[in-house]
Amino acid sequence: MTATVEPEVGKSRRRKEDARLITGRTRWTDNIALPGMLHMAILRSPAAHARIAAIDTSAAKGMSGVLAVVTGADLAEEQGSLPCAWAITPDMKNPPHPALAVDTVHYAGEAVAVVVARSSAEAQDALEAIDVDYDDLPVVLDMEAAIADDAPLVHESLGTNKNALWVFDSAEAGTGGSVDEAIAAGEVVIERKYRQQRLIPAFMEPRSVLCDPTGEQFTLWSATQIPHILRLMLALTLGVPEHKIRVIAPDVGGGFGGKLQVTPEELLVFLLARRLGKPVKYTETRSEAMATAHHGRDQIQRLTLSARRDGTITGLKVDLLADMGAYLSLVTPGIPILGAFMYNAIYKIPAYRFSCTNVFTNKVMTDAYRGAGRPEATFAIERLMDELAAELELDPMEVRERNWIRHEEFPFTTVCGLTYDSGNYEAATDKAKELFDYDGLRREQLERRERGDAVQLGVGISTFTEMCGLAPSRVLGSLSYGAGGWEHAAIRMLPSGKVEVVTGSSPHGQGHETAWSQIVADQLGVPFEDVEVLHGDTQSSHKGMDTYGSRSLTVGAIAVVKAADKVIAKARRIAAHMLECGEDDLDFAGGRFTVRGTDKGAGIGDIALAVFAAHDLPDGVEPSLDSEATFDPENFSFPHGTHLCATEVDTETGRVTIRKYVCVDDVGKVVNPLIVEGQVHGGLAQGIAQALFEEAVHDENGTLTTGTFADYLLPSAADLPSFVTDRTETPSTTNPLGVKGVGEAGTIASTPAVVNAIVDAVRHLGVDDIEMPCTPFRVWSAIHGRTADTSGGQAGGGLGSIQGGLQ
Amino acid sequence: MRVTMVVDGVSYTDEVEPRTLLVQHLREKLGKTGTVVGCDTGNCGACTVHVDGHSVKSCSMLAAQADGCEITTIEGLARDGKLHPVQQAFHDNHALQCGFCTPGMIMQAIDLLADDPDPDERTVRHGLEGNLCRCTGYQNIVRAVQDAAHRLKPAAEADRERETVAGGE
Repeated sequence: MTATVEPEVGKSRRRKEDARLITGRTRWTDNIALPGMLHMAILRSPAAHARIAAIDTSAAKGMSGVLAVVTGADLAEEQGSLPCAWAITPDMKNPPHPALAVDTVHYAGEAVAVVVARSSAEAQDALEAIDVDYDDLPVVLDMEAAIADDAPLVHESLGTNKNALWVFDSAEAGTGGSVDEAIAAGEVVIERKYRQQRLIPAFMEPRSVLCDPTGEQFTLWSATQIPHILRLMLALTLGVPEHKIRVIAPDVGGGFGGKLQVTPEELLVFLLARRLGKPVKYTETRSEAMATAHHGRDQIQRLTLSARRDGTITGLKVDLLADMGAYLSLVTPGIPILGAFMYNAIYKIPAYRFSCTNVFTNKVMTDAYRGAGRPEATFAIERLMDELAAELELDPMEVRERNWIRHEEFPFTTVCGLTYDSGNYEAATDKAKELFDYDGLRREQLERRERGDAVQLGVGISTFTEMCGLAPSRVLGSLSYGAGGWEHAAIRMLPSGKVEVVTGSSPHGQGHETAWSQIVADQLGVPFEDVEVLHGDTQSSHKGMDTYGSRSLTVGAIAVVKAADKVIAKARRIAAHMLECGEDDLDFAGGRFTVRGTDKGAGIGDIALAVFAAHDLPDGVEPSLDSEATFDPENFSFPHGTHLCATEVDTETGRVTIRKYVCVDDVGKVVNPLIVEGQVHGGLAQGIAQALFEEAVHDENGTLTTGTFADYLLPSAADLPSFVTDRTETPSTTNPLGVKGVGEAGTIASTPAVVNAIVDAVRHLGVDDIEMPCTPFRVWSAIHGRTADTSGGQAGGGLGSIQGGLQ
Repeated sequence: MRVTMVVDGVSYTDEVEPRTLLVQHLREKLGKTGTVVGCDTGNCGACTVHVDGHSVKSCSMLAAQADGCEITTIEGLARDGKLHPVQQAFHDNHALQCGFCTPGMIMQAIDLLADDPDPDERTVRHGLEGNLCRCTGYQNIVRAVQDAAHRLKPAAEADRERETVAGGE
């Protein structure tokens, strides 16, 4: 760059995406209508576990506008089995997963029959005319009960409810010592059991899918995070040649991992469109989304931490039960494994063992939800740090400082064998404490305790890190994941000097169009406005691994940088020819090649035009600057930060109010501070919601009772505080932009900060844990020595079981 | 049954089934797909429009009930190519990410500002309680609404004119 041009990277550019979104000029999948388009509706099982004795569709078939009524038996030969891409162990149990249940349903909400009709209303009407007889089977809901010897089975054919046992042991791996020895020798041993309640991703746009079979290719629009993966999986699952499928993710209204899936509905729409030869669309209701789109979390954690009396940790043992739900979806069994390498967090723990038993139950599948395995791990270790501090009567920050990796110790190889490239936990913590007035709030806390105030103050800490930027392909290979972790990009130099950037990342709210434009503007020295970012259509963006795991910037945008490097390399040769000099005599800056020591030069746009004309190119040079690159990261990205939360807890009512929330995140170099801040805000909201509000609750029959937004308590604007967010900036050393991921950080960090603050407020009343979500009833019960009902059932507000909730 | 309504300045007369929701009529019959459906219990507010100048969740009203009404949707806010100050404030304050809740959020914010032209943070948060957003944590939405309140003040009108012209990025 020349000194006169301000770099785009680092600027708080307002987003390009906004223009259409704030005016309603949107292309949500459900907005798309095609000539002759038909509508699909799904009949779903009200039973969580039952054999389908009979289905009578005859009345429905004769109704007005009904073109097809199809059951699982009708599709059994062609529907295949929904894919799971991650066999975490060679002997993992993976039951067949039909899009449409054939003879048995395994969770409430599972699809049993579909209707395709002229209108959506006619399809809905016909559902009501279908008669299904169910023979109930025993329902398995509780993980601990599910693995007992005499437990009824979710899948008889498997002979067990255990999906897999996955173990990492630092002594066996040679990355650390023996945890059993550490615990045996521990001066202090802390044992805890925490429950990560089941959550619902609850993206705002319900999922929708439309398949047009009338062209030479099947074209499938879907509200998905993963158009490229979906295309391949459709081909593999249905036996359709991959090149005959085009997938488009148009405007997609949020995902948070919830749209990282290959869904039964996508398969069914494809099959019905193929069968009828007409475009078919399906859009789920919110009730269907809540009950049948995959859920997240749902783990029971048994934890043992050993330490010396000075607070130095000597070992950590983690035993998990993880609820898979009734089937394995795309990445279901691997979600807890994504947390396996994060329990040691930012601390120098010499001995570590992690084991996870995955369990089938009669509930909808779990799978990725913002953070995916890492929030659970972070919660566990950050809660344990507070418990250790309480046991030793030390300030919880002091215990953390005693154990964390100091900034001069990077790069640091952990007890899990990961190498953290960079970080500065001291700097982030110092800044956060100052913004928070840590000492002042601690003083106030003491005063309130001494006065015996009805409203007590608590301070919660979360000094987190996470591994994101999924992922180095060789690491995925070592974990038996079914694909690589690279990303692809291409740059097209148009004759007029404008630029098209093709990315394999697939945004659904993140602002990639803006951020990628900023990056390319700097790389090629072209105006921000001259860059168009193309994505989410396998025809224009033919290759990609899509967006999840905070990977788009750290993997996808690096591919863009690599492609830009190639454009410049090609242009350099042509510039040398045009300017009659050697390539080594050229400098490239601000979009212009100049001949060193002269005022001769050529802009990249001039070169693009010359290449287009192709009248005078060097011998053997193809007339194109267009370039592509596929980038495979050498390491994960390790953002970190210090989150501090002050809560006021009303000891008489159990009500929790967040008084102050400060976070200082270090996500390396920042492309667009405004977008980063937005990601942090949204992440915090979701993490805080886990701590205080949200839980997917099932009744004893396996019916989801939090199946609407009246019952599943997504926070509103009135439920959240304003956050104080700031950053430190320790560049990543493993990518050329120095960037780290930010999409999941806020969610991963905030949950333990809030719960630590609540427990801290009432610890002097004899409380050392409150199960999430920390509802007033649970908090009050903990304070007053009562046991809150931990089987759930208290989140329902009354609408969850309304008739028609599942149609 | 036959209903007539003016939507974003255009009059429409249609035959509708009695059970048709206003939002279905807007989206499916009139092509007003800027207004979206986010839930089926009236909790999310994504479908909020103005009916005779007041915000209404268009999933909670039948098309038949809107007979004779004047309706404004997100698509009818910008005038002569110029964004409504609330739209502009949402853009300037990064008050949207995926944008799915945005149409309803903007329509509700305009209604809120009509009731209280200078709301404090608490008033804004409570005024938007019926509109859910999963992306932003609401902080920038609150900021945008307060910023828009400032822009909508008569004294700020001249400034706004200039800002809108200059702030095109």
